[in-house]
Amino acid sequence: MARQEWEDEYRKILQAFLRGRGEDQLYLGQQLSKWLRAHHVAPEEIVDFHVRALAETVELPELVKDSFQLLTEVMIEYGIAFREYRSLRSRQQQLESEIEVAATMQQTLLPRTSPQFDQVEIGLISVPAKQMSGDYYNFAKHDDQVFSVALADIIGKGIPAALCMSMIKYAMDSFLDQRITPAAMLGRLNGVVERNIEPGMFITMFYGMYDTCLHRFRYAVAGHEPGFWYRASKGRLYDLESRGLVLGVTPDVDYQEYEIDIEPGDLLILMTDGVTERKVGGRFLQRENIADLIQAEIGSPAQQIAENLYRKLLLLSNLELPDDHTMIVIRRVV
Amino acid sequence: MAVVYRIPIHTEQDIVLARQTGRNIAKDLNFGNIVQSRIATAISELARNIFLYAEKGTVTITPIERGKAIGLRIVAEDQGPGIRDIRKAMEDGYSTSGALGAGLPAVKRLMDEFSIQSIPGKGTSVTVIKWSD
Repeated sequence: MARQEWEDEYRKILQAFLRGRGEDQLYLGQQLSKWLRAHHVAPEEIVDFHVRALAETVELPELVKDSFQLLTEVMIEYGIAFREYRSLRSRQQQLESEIEVAATMQQTLLPRTSPQFDQVEIGLISVPAKQMSGDYYNFAKHDDQVFSVALADIIGKGIPAALCMSMIKYAMDSFLDQRITPAAMLGRLNGVVERNIEPGMFITMFYGMYDTCLHRFRYAVAGHEPGFWYRASKGRLYDLESRGLVLGVTPDVDYQEYEIDIEPGDLLILMTDGVTERKVGGRFLQRENIADLIQAEIGSPAQQIAENLYRKLLLLSNLELPDDHTMIVIRRVV
Repeated sequence: MAVVYRIPIHTEQDIVLARQTGRNIAKDLNFGNIVQSRIATAISELARNIFLYAEKGTVTITPIERGKAIGLRIVAEDQGPGIRDIRKAMEDGYSTSGALGAGLPAVKRLMDEFSIQSIPGKGTSVTVIKWSD
């Protein structure tokens, strides 16, 4: 529809409306308005045409006709806003597609598979709240016997957190070859983070090494959400003891190392605070609530435990995911 | 032809005079209603920036020709504080900030051609052209 066409259409609708004042004409007007908007016709142009069409249709007092000049003038600013909206809209689309590319790149920072062992199974779920995640996890197989697991939460969400993640990943990669202890790993990462991160941003982290022959788990924690340990012989869950300063606060931190022996059927459940910090019916979910939910899943395979808990928690919090949700479940099978 | 209309901007009344002059010239050049209003609005914004931030300046309006096309050129000049970040000032959304240079993106949209020179501490010169359709 060219200018001539919409003007004809507008005039036709206007004249029919003035004859019968019917709702059907108003309906046609609304449909036309959609078309005009989609074709970027500015409001002042419509006002301007309205008065011209009106003058063609009825005897219009000069005064009334002139008054439309004021209306046109007032509409100009809305026309500018209308055009500005279009340009902002296209800029937004551009930003969104850039973020999409970044999110895809971010996925390449995460391991695609977890290490495979006969006696230990690993389950994992990681769901970002927005497009980009502030949760980082990693698995590394050191040899046929030992694998390590890392779980970090960059405080803050979205793009800044995601950028930070790459720092953790590359720093950790460079230390992995050196076969250092969990406490030493966190100590070194703390140094890297402290030197490179801006004040006010920090990272919590859990780092552990599992020896699949001795079934000994050694770990250290930097201000991270405590994990759970399920002792099959006792049939109950324990909090994984965890003291340690978050990464990046001060240089030279000595992290404490913990060690537990894992028995057949035992579980280690690691998570970020996005798992626990949820509101259910106006109050925050308590750790006991999470423990109860885990207890109910104990018999399932590791992957299923992680997935079922995610689903249940999502339902409990009204399908809202305010923070990135990552859970790693490690089970000694035999 | 090339009659040049030069309006010094000192008071708010001068903004009105500049608008009026622009509108009249546009009318003489047979620009349509809407275009007249858009020209008046653009002049208004430019003159207002002078009035609010530079205190003194001029708006110069000249009918021009290029081949068969007839147009109207508006030059707004001042010796005011200048605009530090022109790129920023030309961003959409900035127009609502109320700061110096606000309204420039709108002026650019209303006109066919737009150029700006601004030196912090020295002043600003904005040239815009509207061609008849």
